[in-house]
Amino acid sequence: MSDSRLGPAFLRAGSSSFADFLGEQAPGLLPSRRSLPEGNAADLAPHGTTIVAATFPGGVLMAGDRRATMGNIIAQRDIEKVFPADEFSCVGIAGTAGIAVEMVRLFQTELEHYEKIEGTTLSMDGKANRLAALIRGNLGMAMQGLAVVPLFAGYDLNADQGRIFSYDVTGGRYEETAFHSVGSGSLFARGSLKKLYREDLDAEGCVTAVVQALYDAADDDSATGGPDVARRIFPVVGVITSHGYRRLPDTEVAAVADRVIAARMNRPDGPSAPLT
Amino acid sequence: MSMPFYVSPEQLMKDRADFARKGIARGRSLVVVQYADGIVFVSENLSQALHKVSEIYDRIAFAAVGRYNEFENLRIAGVRLADMRGYAYDRRDVTGRGLANAYAQTLGTIFSSGGEKPYEVELFVAEVGDTVADDSIYRLTYDGQVADEHGYAVMGGLAEPATTYLREHYVTGASLEDAVRTAVQALGQGESETRVIPSTNLEVAVLDRTRTQQRKFKRLTGGQLGEILGNGGGPGEDPGAGPGASAAPTGPDDPTDPTDTVSDVPPLENPVTGEPTDPPVAPPAS
Repeated sequence: MSDSRLGPAFLRAGSSSFADFLGEQAPGLLPSRRSLPEGNAADLAPHGTTIVAATFPGGVLMAGDRRATMGNIIAQRDIEKVFPADEFSCVGIAGTAGIAVEMVRLFQTELEHYEKIEGTTLSMDGKANRLAALIRGNLGMAMQGLAVVPLFAGYDLNADQGRIFSYDVTGGRYEETAFHSVGSGSLFARGSLKKLYREDLDAEGCVTAVVQALYDAADDDSATGGPDVARRIFPVVGVITSHGYRRLPDTEVAAVADRVIAARMNRPDGPSAPLT
Repeated sequence: MSMPFYVSPEQLMKDRADFARKGIARGRSLVVVQYADGIVFVSENLSQALHKVSEIYDRIAFAAVGRYNEFENLRIAGVRLADMRGYAYDRRDVTGRGLANAYAQTLGTIFSSGGEKPYEVELFVAEVGDTVADDSIYRLTYDGQVADEHGYAVMGGLAEPATTYLREHYVTGASLEDAVRTAVQALGQGESETRVIPSTNLEVAVLDRTRTQQRKFKRLTGGQLGEILGNGGGPGEDPGAGPGASAAPTGPDDPTDPTDTVSDVPPLENPVTGEPTDPPVAPPAS
């Protein structure tokens, strides 16, 4: 890259995919083109855990706890796992943090690159498929313990609604309705949301529901971090509407989290849902 | 076996320069102007889909006149280079200067190599900084020369009258509205008369340092532009009523014209038969 002249590869007609271009020109920079020695590398790098996403009329939101673990050690208390992918979509990561963050960076560049070259953005399904392709390339590493399982959410400007996509390590892409969660605490978060989520929740109600779900995930999963009251570290919440992506300011999330914690002082298991 | 003609290097370069310059002169002009909050690009462009001004990276934009396929090629190369650098290092490491340098090397090599026809393009690479003093505008010519521009700059067909107009009317630190109006008026300057360009025939884009997003590039279209220009025309005038409004070509692009847009300079060769028009121009030496 020290050669300042735009070589023939830059001037050649080609696809509008940045990942494809990188694969031809600098394959070493692709997160998926690494060869790993034999063995399981799962405990070598920090892991991110629980991400939840839920739709509400007029948008979708995604929230992630802040804990990264390495085996039984807490590697980081304020890691970020929810990132804007472009103006109208975001991606949350669970799994090996290093590779996941790299994949997010590649995905962000991929979407922006397409937008600049083509003069228009990819469709929501197009974005979801591109992410699937990036994950598929990572299968080899996933089998050696370095798996990345993202959750993708965005506002579909054509359909005028929020949409959520989940993935498996082979790049399988599944559209979810209403809400979904990934990561080690996802079983608990999903159970919690199942009881609390209603289709008519507005954005504020939805934020409370996902913070409750993350609290429940942290309550039962040691790898998921709860709200850190002493350090004032609270989940990252991103909200996407027709106006685009907005990360909720810490003060707003803190207020919701404080309310949730206060209520848990009286009812440690959280709000009750009616039996029938 | 035929004997190759001897052409002196001076003559060779001159012929190639003439060829490139004539190609560029057929396109319509493009104006870049610094204003208080950034840099604005204004060009006359009848096409809604084929852009002369585009985003390259967060703070960097690209503008060009000349042969469309050639500058589009350079634009895509620039986006690839910028995205690759930003991904390999960091977003802050992608600079306008680095990009201008890459373009200069590329254009320079193509111009002086005997094998390729020189590109018939002229480019601006502009980068918006945190303050007006940090803004930079680079002009790149077909032969790989780089110039650092300040305040305003014009390239393309009728660049001279527009430059003269801007020299007299450019104000440092103007508002966006004033800057766009001045730029549009500058583009309307002909060799003898002025015309009013309707806002539908304009392509306007800004690098706006006040945008909260990381990406500072924005197009001004439709209503927004009409508001600035006072509904579809120049400064409060009916597009058709201005003196000499019909003096310059305003019709749709002629698809047989090899450059991006038509102008009143005749093409070098008949676009259908490929025969040189009168007077014949020396072809690029091979």
